[in-house]
Amino acid sequence: MANTLDRLADQVRENRIWRSIFRSGTGESNLHRALTVQQNVFLHLFSVKARKRTLEFRATWYLGALTFGTFLILVITGILLMLYYHPSVPQAYADMKDLQFVVSSGVFLRNLHRWSAHAMVFLVFAHMFKVFYRGAYRPPREFNWVIGVVLLLMTLLLSYTGYLLPWDQLAFWAVTVGSNIASAVPVIGAKMRFLMLGGTAVNANALLRFYVLHCVILPFAAVVLIAIHFWRIRKDGGIYPGESPAEGDAK
Amino acid sequence: MSDPKDFVAVVDSDVRKTPRRIAFITKRTSPQVHVKDEERVMTYPEVFFRTAVAIQVLAIILVVISLRWNAPLEGLADPMHTPNPAKAPWYFLGLQELLHYFPPVVAGVLIPGLVVMALIVIPYFNINIEAEGLWLRDKARRLRIFGIVVVLFCIFLAVFDVWVALVPTLIVAAFMLLAAQTPPQTTRGFRGWLASKPLSFWIMTWFLFELVVLTAIGTFFRGPGWSWVWPWRA
Repeated sequence: MANTLDRLADQVRENRIWRSIFRSGTGESNLHRALTVQQNVFLHLFSVKARKRTLEFRATWYLGALTFGTFLILVITGILLMLYYHPSVPQAYADMKDLQFVVSSGVFLRNLHRWSAHAMVFLVFAHMFKVFYRGAYRPPREFNWVIGVVLLLMTLLLSYTGYLLPWDQLAFWAVTVGSNIASAVPVIGAKMRFLMLGGTAVNANALLRFYVLHCVILPFAAVVLIAIHFWRIRKDGGIYPGESPAEGDAK
Repeated sequence: MSDPKDFVAVVDSDVRKTPRRIAFITKRTSPQVHVKDEERVMTYPEVFFRTAVAIQVLAIILVVISLRWNAPLEGLADPMHTPNPAKAPWYFLGLQELLHYFPPVVAGVLIPGLVVMALIVIPYFNINIEAEGLWLRDKARRLRIFGIVVVLFCIFLAVFDVWVALVPTLIVAAFMLLAAQTPPQTTRGFRGWLASKPLSFWIMTWFLFELVVLTAIGTFFRGPGWSWVWPWRA
């Protein structure tokens, strides 16, 4: 049975149509495995080989991978939530109630999005401290650390803009507290706050702006930065292997 | 190459992991072997598989949490009715706690701005690159500077009544002094580990400690009017 399936899978992968899409072809050899990564526009962000040491759990605790995992969950649940959401006052709140009582699995969808968002903020911080304590920020990886700091800010902004969208008391006042801090910036504070909220108070304009930031601008920026972040791992010599003379042989 | 003993042929038998290679090391041109080749695995499938498993485990945990606990949803937003206390999201509560002590321009702009700047420049300063224990060299001078900085900073915090930031500072300072008192030949145990830590480690640990303490206090120990409450009595 398993043999038949294997043969069938091989036949599919040797098929002309399949080969026209995936250029690497089939095979168990390391060459084919390398080509699978190297000839794929997304996978070629990663190196073809990795040091075995860097894959051990204690090396990274897989915190970067897990952060990316929460991001994937957030994108999927976020898109589904967008189907049920209107960024207007007070319809936004009514949509929350619809998720709760009308939409199938609506509560679950919202729960998963919310808890994953908290998990992502936590994991980003954990990832940062883990990288620091391992010393993985040191040259030649210094610029990837900087991109990481920017991604941390992106994560906070994504979470913060999403916080307003349910348009309940919790959302409204949390964002009011936050936006008041922005107005403390010397000279341009009040202008910045006006730009952020589209007005002088948190209202329907602010909801729309936060919605556009949350669903379009910030995710797009995050995806681009994540791609660079991954690609830089390869370019800077793979995942930091720890203190060792072998560091010099990175390819 | 008339003499067959002039070289040694080595065949790496582990074909699945490394390509087959044959090295001819002659006596005349003997290359110096600095490091042994590190063991490597193919990204596909090894790395992708492990990553997928890690993400799957995380996804299962998050699904279970989402089935068990509902996300909070309060009443419709009402600009006329301010809840007391009005709290920011949890990851900003450390900042909101600082807002209680300092003017907004300091707690809301200056401190987070400095933190972000400090994080960005970390890898560009040699002080963060060197991995030598803080007290291993020049100890007397470093102890003097350390003493002055800590005392001045603690006075500053005490003047503004920021006890919640002062206590973690004193705890970290105590551990730094413990590391300083450790004889330099100690390399084992907890004290040996402390003594091996560079300045960057201490600063980051202090920052992490403050971050956790301030966030926890803002989240659990603050009630109406930002007054101190005990979470178990609420």
